[in-house]
Amino acid sequence: MKFYWDLSREEVLGAVLMVVSLGVPVSAGAQATAADQLTGKLVITGSSTVAPLIAEIAKRFEQNPDVRVDVQTGGSSRGISDARNGLADIGMVSRALKPEESDLSSHTLARDGVTLIVHASNPVTALTAEQVVGIYTGRIRSWKDAGGADAPITVVNKAEGRSTLELFLAYFQLKAEEVKPSVVIGDNEQGVKTVAGNPDAIGYVSVGSAGYAATYGVPIKLLPLDGVAASSETVADSSFPLARPLVLVTKPRPGNPLVRPFLDFALSAEVNDLILALSFVPVR
Amino acid sequence: MLAAALRAAAFVCGAFVVLMVLFVLRESWPALREIGLSRFFTDPSWHPQGGAAAGTFGLVPMITASLALTAGAVALAAPLGLLCALFCTDYAPLGLATAFRRLMEVLAGIPSVVYGFWGLVVLVPLINRWQPPGASLLAGILVLALMILPTMALLAQTAIATVPADYRRGAAALGLTRVGTLWGVVLPAARSGLYTAALLAVGRAIGETMAVLMVCGNVVRSPSSLFAPVRALTANIALEMAYALDDHRSALFVSGLMLAAMVVVLVLAAERLRACE
Repeated sequence: MKFYWDLSREEVLGAVLMVVSLGVPVSAGAQATAADQLTGKLVITGSSTVAPLIAEIAKRFEQNPDVRVDVQTGGSSRGISDARNGLADIGMVSRALKPEESDLSSHTLARDGVTLIVHASNPVTALTAEQVVGIYTGRIRSWKDAGGADAPITVVNKAEGRSTLELFLAYFQLKAEEVKPSVVIGDNEQGVKTVAGNPDAIGYVSVGSAGYAATYGVPIKLLPLDGVAASSETVADSSFPLARPLVLVTKPRPGNPLVRPFLDFALSAEVNDLILALSFVPVR
Repeated sequence: MLAAALRAAAFVCGAFVVLMVLFVLRESWPALREIGLSRFFTDPSWHPQGGAAAGTFGLVPMITASLALTAGAVALAAPLGLLCALFCTDYAPLGLATAFRRLMEVLAGIPSVVYGFWGLVVLVPLINRWQPPGASLLAGILVLALMILPTMALLAQTAIATVPADYRRGAAALGLTRVGTLWGVVLPAARSGLYTAALLAVGRAIGETMAVLMVCGNVVRSPSSLFAPVRALTANIALEMAYALDDHRSALFVSGLMLAAMVVVLVLAAERLRACE
């Protein structure tokens, strides 16, 4: 529970209204006063998966004292349409662009992968897609039917609205209503702890947090998918199938002079620590 | 001057409560208008992602879960807390009673997330070995009972300590036994304070979020047994608020409104009970 976007939007609106009422002219775009002095305002809208990361990056970018970055959520499709019709300077999209969206220029910010995890003591080393679907829909109830010991499976699912849930459901072509969970969790950390504390549990969390926990000795095991091991490397080079790019889109020739410097900053290795902190995988 | 300051302080406190309720009402208004209050009680499940048209918004399993958790925790902690209080005031030597009181104060000050973490890494795996999946109504009740036990014990002790010494002397003069004195004189005299203690314990239990979120499993289902995973109203808000938009977000504020309504009902019921006495 870290972000309340609607509130912050109102705060931003309030701040803007205050400036207007004080009689300070607010131009639509931005002006570059000196060569390296950035001023103005940048509007970024779109995917709620990307928004927390962009908000962190924006906070760091706002160390340029006269720059304001306004981050709003509303889903990837809003990011596309806002960037297209100029309501936003940059759109945030949590999937690869479709062919009909090639009128926008896209920049891959980071990648997000989801891996299935089981307890380290579980003898199961891989599951087929049918087995995963069977387990999550309640058709397979014991590990004995999935190549393990005779023990009831504890199915760990994510709460509604989480992007990991959406990615997982889309990949296995499941509907939210079909999943029969034994435990519902919030963030990735809780998922890792729940599986680590239950030898018969299966869950799915972002590759970033699972890999981090496993390296630090938490008793969990990352399952490969379609024969590809789940790791930051396979997510970064696109060979891991249950993954997606996090993309920033702009018009081919953005009108706001702040867009270029912001993209240069957001797409540089300087923000890799922020990407890792939010359990995504840097691509640079 | 002092009167004005006091009046202002009281006004600020009152205004905060009223403003907060108004805010929650305003935020939940879109859901109440689009979805309608009755669907929160009649919808078969909780799948709010589809919005007002395609989603379902049943809150009943979560209301049941919150009530079951609170009832279970208070049923365990209230008698235990009362006994601890009596032990301190009437049975323990002074040194032991003071040490026990300090211990309870420390226990009361531990943040709930610590209780939740303990529950998640110790209690849940333990129950899991017995009745999987471990994250369950029982785990929630035990953690909550532990959390409200110090509240109950400390407040009950304070209530018992305020019973005038004359009552005890009178009871002794009448030749009552120690148990008879406690049961027949001290506890009835401390009744109002004991009710307040229980009410505060209920309030803490029903509003507790983090610990419940961590140990209860959070599956939206009416509890069928002690070992079934459940989701409390508070946990529902904490789990989904960060990513909720539009109708979904507004529906979560309705969860909050429901929670506030439950507390109001409980307080009114307690008032009635006290008035009837």
